[in-house]
Amino acid sequence: MGELASGHPNVVAPDGTLAAAAPADTHFLRIEKLVKEFDGLVAVDNVSLDICKGEIFALLGSSGCGKSTLLRMLAGFEMPTSGRIFLDGKDIAALPPYIRPINMMFQSYALFPHLTVWDNVAFGLKRDGLPKDQIAERVEKMLGLVQLKPYAKRKPHQLSGGQQQRVALARSLAKRPQLMLLDEPLGALDKKLRERTQLELVNIIESVGVTCVMVTHDQEEAMTMASRIAIMSEGRILQVGAPHEVYETPSCRFVADFIGNVNLFEGKLTEDASDHVVIETPECTHYVGHGITGTEGMAVSVAIRPEKIRITQQPPSDLARPACNWVKGEVVDLAYLGSYTVYHLKLATGMILKATVASVERLPDWQPTWGDSVFASWDEYAMVVLTQ
Amino acid sequence: MRKLITRLIPRDPGRSFVIGVPYLWLILFFLVPFLIVLKISMSEMQVGVPPFKPLFGWADDFLSVRIYLGNLFSLFDVANDNLYAVTYLSSLKYAAFTTLLCLFIGFPFAYFLARSRPTIRPVLMMLVMLPFWTSFLLRVYAWKGILANHGVLNNLMIWLGVIDEPVRMLHTPFSLMIGMVYGYLPFMVLPLYANLVKLDVRFLEAAADLGATPWKAFWLITVPLSKSGIVAGSMLVFIPCVGEFVIPDLLGGPETLMIGRVLWDELFSNNDWPRAAAVAVVTILLIIVPLAIFNKYQAEQQGGGRT
Ligand SMILES: Nc1ncnc2c1ncn2[C@@H]1O[C@H](COP(=O)(O)OP(=O)(O)OP(=O)(O)O)[C@@H](O)[C@H]1O
Ligand SMILES: [Mg+2]
Repeated sequence: MGELASGHPNVVAPDGTLAAAAPADTHFLRIEKLVKEFDGLVAVDNVSLDICKGEIFALLGSSGCGKSTLLRMLAGFEMPTSGRIFLDGKDIAALPPYIRPINMMFQSYALFPHLTVWDNVAFGLKRDGLPKDQIAERVEKMLGLVQLKPYAKRKPHQLSGGQQQRVALARSLAKRPQLMLLDEPLGALDKKLRERTQLELVNIIESVGVTCVMVTHDQEEAMTMASRIAIMSEGRILQVGAPHEVYETPSCRFVADFIGNVNLFEGKLTEDASDHVVIETPECTHYVGHGITGTEGMAVSVAIRPEKIRITQQPPSDLARPACNWVKGEVVDLAYLGSYTVYHLKLATGMILKATVASVERLPDWQPTWGDSVFASWDEYAMVVLTQ
Repeated sequence: MRKLITRLIPRDPGRSFVIGVPYLWLILFFLVPFLIVLKISMSEMQVGVPPFKPLFGWADDFLSVRIYLGNLFSLFDVANDNLYAVTYLSSLKYAAFTTLLCLFIGFPFAYFLARSRPTIRPVLMMLVMLPFWTSFLLRVYAWKGILANHGVLNNLMIWLGVIDEPVRMLHTPFSLMIGMVYGYLPFMVLPLYANLVKLDVRFLEAAADLGATPWKAFWLITVPLSKSGIVAGSMLVFIPCVGEFVIPDLLGGPETLMIGRVLWDELFSNNDWPRAAAVAVVTILLIIVPLAIFNKYQAEQQGGGRT
């Protein structure tokens, strides 16, 4: 594996122009104001991104938001309507796909059905005109990496879904691309196999040391695999950040709602100090222990993750400000999910509040059940104030 | 045999019926006529009605079977009369050239048809089928008018000043090939189109992604993946071409020997039914045997996998 990683900087593009290996920099792949229109419909809307060398970057968004289109522009299958793409400092937007030092792992693998596993992996190497023995050596190494050596003589239709996925990975890694694109790499696998494969895939990618841009609509997958995530909606990028950043400090309602579960309270900013703010919502008064940029009277949302809410039988007594950050509700639904339990509380205003209680914290003497009146509370650092 | 009988006894009448009807059709209209032709080919010629002697005779309590193989053997008697051998070879040659030309013209045709915008595809398909709306015979006749010494093409070229005198095109191998390729092109285009339209563009994208130029991708991906269409189209063209009669009769000349015309002559000019039947039987065997071997080879290669 170490040899593979050290072999990586020697990538020679067919035209020879991109052969020089850049030092680790933050702008390895730079996307500038990229736009793609399909007769009137704007699929990708003014996207700018910087992707570092060696990172695994995930594009996350709901179906039809333009993730695949963005990726296909990187691969060269779609011509951007406007905007530029720089790889290692070179503008590649006008290069045809077969010249770009970029390889893609396709949404449903697109393994060549008439070729054996071995020939599939060797396909790209043969196009580079490598000598036979080097091709054989590289293919063997790749098949070893994805643990498919015994299957070299098989045709793709004789493999299981997970094995096909590994062949596709080996095929796109074989050319030692400078950039690897993965479109829903695990989309065709069932949930169990997908979870098992995620980490395996990350390990292989990291052992090779290739920069990756992956597309997924599964947020858990993005959070497991990627070092940074971009949340897309309707062709635009809403937020870019590490998994914990987009989860803990979403920048807008869409992101908060899209990543994980969240409770959103709609209200007005009534007190705006540098070290705290107070927000009045129909359900309760929120005291937030940090300042925000806003003006008094503006409409804001307060987002609270379900796992940050405590459920008690009695009114909470340990709050710093007894008047704030708690509500009363009736349990209308609960689901025991093994490691935690989800409660749905109906508040006086009709809002449904979601709260989760980890199984290790379950009280031995009292567990809320359907119809119980309970108190939900949270501390002043648990929430995020969203202004858009 | 026992297996066949147990299989023929209906366990599920609906199923047997659905499978049985085409079998019955094939037996009635292909197997039985073929056996009749085979029988005639092995009888002796006679002047009378019918113009051949019966195979089975019954006289003085003797059942006699007279199988005459002279007709079949004489076809291969090259030392004595090599007309048949030469004609068979010539038929195969013209059929092979027609198939190749249809493939070269038909493949790009089908390819662009399959890659055209889905909205205009039905219109293009209609255009391919359009010739079938007029009689095949009339369309071949029309070529006579175009290719004749004072036909449309010669007149046009003289008018343009390309040539001074009419070029003889009709009744040459050239006119024969034009007619055959023209007549059989749709049979090549349709199976190729059906195959190419299913070809997933992602395979071509993957090939391009891995560094294959469009030309390489065509040879390494498109052609191998459309092999079954190429085979189907080639068979649909080659098989009827070998025995083709109308086109060589109307557009062919004295030097374009084809077995269909020989058969016609034997049957209608010489009234030699047994010999005509023998010519037909050998033609069928000539086509079926290599095809059967080829199919077996293909089935073995694919090992029952996907095509
Ligand atoms: N070739 C095309 N012609 C016209 N419209 C297209 C084309 N490709 C994509 N679109 C449109 O662009 C939008 C974005 O499509 P895209 O495939 O990028 O979505 P996606 O985010 O990958 O979705 P999914 O998660 O379902 O794969 C969609 O509205 C789609 O209909
Ligand atoms: Mg997609």
